[in-house]
Amino acid sequence: MTYPTQFRYTKDHEWVALEANQAKIGITEYAQGELGDIVFVELPSPGTEVKKGGNLATVESVKAVSDVYAPVSGKVLEVNTQLESSPETINQDPHGAGWLVLLEASNPSEADALFDAASYERYLAEK
Amino acid sequence: MRYIANTDADRRAMLAAVGLASLEELFADIPQAIEDCFQPLRLPAQSEMEVARNVQKLASFNEVHCGSISFLGGGIYDHYVPSVVSHITSRSEFYTAYTPYQPEVSQGTLTVMFEFQTLICELTGMEVANASMYDGATALAEGVLMADRIAGKRRIAVSRALFPNYRRVLDTYCWAAGIEVVELPITKNGQSDTAAILDGLSGLVIQSPNAFGVIEELEGLKGAAGEALLIVVTNPISLGLLAPPGQFGADIVVAEGQPLGLSPSFGGPLLGLFATRKRYLRQMPGRIAGQTVDAEGKIGYTMAAQTREQHIRRERATSNICTNSALCALAATVYLSSLGADGLQKLAQLNLEKAHYLAEQITALSGYELAFKAPFFNEFTVRVPADPEKICARLKEEGILVEDQRSLVDVGLAGALRFAVTEKRTSEELDHLVTVLGGIQ
Amino acid sequence: MSTIFDCERPEGIGGLFPAPDVPTKGQENLIPSSLLRELAPRIPCLSEPELVRHYTRLSKLNYGVDDGFYPLGSCTMKYNPKINEDLVRLPGFAQAHPLADEQLIQGCLKLLFEMSGLLSKVAGLADVTLQPAAGAHGELTGMFLVKRYFEDRGEENRKRILLPDSAHGTNPASAALSGFSVTEIPSGGDGMVNLAALEKALDETVAAIMLTVPNTLGIFEERILEVTDMVHAAGGLCYFDGANLNAFLGRACPGDMGADIFHFNLHKTLSTPHGGGGPGAGPVAVAEQLVQFLPVPRIVKEDETYRFDWNYPQSIGCVHSFYGNFGVILKAYAYLLHLGDEGLCAVSENAVLNANYLQERLKKTYRLPYDHLCKHEFVLSGKEIAEGISTFDIAKRLIDYGFHPPTIYFPLIVPEALMIEPTECEGKETLDRFIEAMEQIAVEAKEAPQLLHDAPQHAPVRRLDQTRAARQPMLSYPFNDSADQEDQTS
Repeated sequence: MTYPTQFRYTKDHEWVALEANQAKIGITEYAQGELGDIVFVELPSPGTEVKKGGNLATVESVKAVSDVYAPVSGKVLEVNTQLESSPETINQDPHGAGWLVLLEASNPSEADALFDAASYERYLAEK
Repeated sequence: MRYIANTDADRRAMLAAVGLASLEELFADIPQAIEDCFQPLRLPAQSEMEVARNVQKLASFNEVHCGSISFLGGGIYDHYVPSVVSHITSRSEFYTAYTPYQPEVSQGTLTVMFEFQTLICELTGMEVANASMYDGATALAEGVLMADRIAGKRRIAVSRALFPNYRRVLDTYCWAAGIEVVELPITKNGQSDTAAILDGLSGLVIQSPNAFGVIEELEGLKGAAGEALLIVVTNPISLGLLAPPGQFGADIVVAEGQPLGLSPSFGGPLLGLFATRKRYLRQMPGRIAGQTVDAEGKIGYTMAAQTREQHIRRERATSNICTNSALCALAATVYLSSLGADGLQKLAQLNLEKAHYLAEQITALSGYELAFKAPFFNEFTVRVPADPEKICARLKEEGILVEDQRSLVDVGLAGALRFAVTEKRTSEELDHLVTVLGGIQ
Repeated sequence: MSTIFDCERPEGIGGLFPAPDVPTKGQENLIPSSLLRELAPRIPCLSEPELVRHYTRLSKLNYGVDDGFYPLGSCTMKYNPKINEDLVRLPGFAQAHPLADEQLIQGCLKLLFEMSGLLSKVAGLADVTLQPAAGAHGELTGMFLVKRYFEDRGEENRKRILLPDSAHGTNPASAALSGFSVTEIPSGGDGMVNLAALEKALDETVAAIMLTVPNTLGIFEERILEVTDMVHAAGGLCYFDGANLNAFLGRACPGDMGADIFHFNLHKTLSTPHGGGGPGAGPVAVAEQLVQFLPVPRIVKEDETYRFDWNYPQSIGCVHSFYGNFGVILKAYAYLLHLGDEGLCAVSENAVLNANYLQERLKKTYRLPYDHLCKHEFVLSGKEIAEGISTFDIAKRLIDYGFHPPTIYFPLIVPEALMIEPTECEGKETLDRFIEAMEQIAVEAKEAPQLLHDAPQHAPVRRLDQTRAARQPMLSYPFNDSADQEDQTS
């Protein structure tokens, strides 16, 4: 698949979309495929501070638990509460309606070091 | 060797297929230094008949115990077990099966787990129960660890009137986990002094009926506990009659399930019961069975919420428990369905009435009085006018078993004895006990 | 009906207990009404014939060792001797109360004492506790012992437990419950502990290493003595998980491999039944320097009498409400008596031969990531059998062939893992039938994959929807449909 060019991507299969200093974060199409049917999502409370690489959320499928790490540092503004009743949204639309967390990025330039869509696709091809 | 199917010819053929000359070569990967150290047990193989004879001889040393009348309690009781229970648990499809990791061939085990969980919720008045833990004491310890994971205060309060053996296990688990244990004293009534509850607790542990047999006042405890989780230790037979802890807002309920169709078996295997509220499900330890459907829409059962467990979460699991007490849970399920709610209530009534009859008869004797005025179920504590050791010894001579005072001394009461009375104690046996007591100087 | 709750019976049945033979007062006169139950629990009462039919029907939906081959790796599903089932029901044992006068339960004390002695010798260590009720419970007890040991030496800074990436999940879980942090050591290309990685991980903050020997790939750590020497040299202890003891029973002792602490799984190696998930027993053996920390009470022998001794001030305390799972220990004791030295040796010889035979024959069809002499079990991979086929599909298809599947997706270091442990009880004929089935399935995977995707087709139920079970948890009987539906959406 071709990954959205406006996102940046991490080695651990998170995506981040930056708009001004707001960072929307989710997991990629590849990640949701690896996990299988998602059954539960543990999201942080608004106001929580995270550092880049720190534990942001947890996604559970029937047979596995996966940590989601913050691609950039910041403070949690909003979380996707719809996922509480419909965790399968992540499987259906991981790059859109299945977003996880919206951060106020403290240092948006941290995203520059991440993969762009083309590099991420190459990274996946090598797996 | 009776349990090995291979013949010598089989072994030769397989060695040839693997390209080895002898069985010894199969162990070439074990360093010689280790094999050289090996010392056999110097145990000759015994035929089945000899094993039976030798082990039966050991059992025979306990003959006097078997022939005696038991008033022993402390969480393990001499209840009548309907014959049907052991016939079902002896079915090899149940006892030679493993953990139901392949649900399609384990619907027997999983359906029983689902029934058991439901029964425990009904008994305790709680919302979700697991499929068993090792025993009441470790179920309590796990409940405390769970409460601390949720509340995070690193401190719990425990009633002094908790069974001392449960307290010992709890102390060990809390020491390892770094959780401080503070004790709630007992009032003159034999109940926990809830006025003494502090702040900053993850959990509050109360047992009812408690180590003296006394029924605790659970009303208002949840409020008094504040932010701490209320953890109640109880007796499953008593719940046929008594208001369940769930009704009083308990967050976690644990118990020893042995009274539900298990023989005492010298204290093991036992059956840990564990129930909690739905909102705490993700923190609950142990296996759970859940209902689902198969590819044809037929109802079936499978292990649920496995992502809490060690095989997936590893060091972040809610517990390390893997093997539990599944076959004992089957016994309990069959036991309870043999009785039904009506039968369980009648059974509890029998226990209640017989215990109160005995208490009345004993306290009519000079120098014997109930240690506490508070209500009790089928176990009660009596202050005795002579040395408790002497009384126990005299009773033993008469074929009557009463526990020595050690457990009571451990919870702060000397000069007393505890009596447990079940439906099995006939009026002749009760009167006999009273007669013997009456004759002791 | 599918559960007991589907039986409609409003009134009770009775017939189990007689009427009271003492004058009764009535519960309202003995207990304040505020303490009495108002609502009866919804426990159904079945007539005995209905009850027996229900549970007999349920039992037939199960598959046990007595039904057929059960090659669950790491579980040692060996035959459960029937004599042991009879012995545990002897009234002298079944009726023994744990709080009875010591004089009256000498049979129990003697059995436990002798079993401790036997297990100490099997382990090649100094003493044993029989309290742990399961393997994981034994691991936890072992971790408690490690913690206490270093507390006693004033080395509380030792807060790390090392374990290989092939470790069973209970290992890190047990370490974490005891307040330790866990460091995973990557295995080498040969599947064994990588000594260089171990060297790097060892320092004065390491309390212990937890190893399974042979490891979860079924491979014996050939450098085990070096591994344990390295850990000891760094001041740490060596804990061995005894799940795989079947591999060298009767010919080697963990104590001679450098183990300081070793747990047994009586429901694996020593033939006690698995019971659908328990009860088991997980006794723990320890080296001399740890004996003083063992749980209390201990059983001591004076002349020909046995008694409990609580006087061990350094003990970690108690991990069980009484003395361990006596009924399970008894079965394992009888098993040891029956086997004797020659029987123990025959166990490992036949178990290891059976495993190597299966490995040799199956590696022609399935990927064998570590092609090495195995012990009592080995691990295949279902990867690349055919496009779109997973180990899950292979396992479910095996059910249609009348076999219980092997352990799947463990150890984690092998993708699409199939862990196969035949045990010593299976004969060559059974193994050959299993090989045939596995080969047939590999052919089907390429030529008729739908058979695997639709499997099982010949089990009591078809493939179960795990996702639904997880997303819509229904963990107890939905008595009143509408009320419970409300609960589920809230």
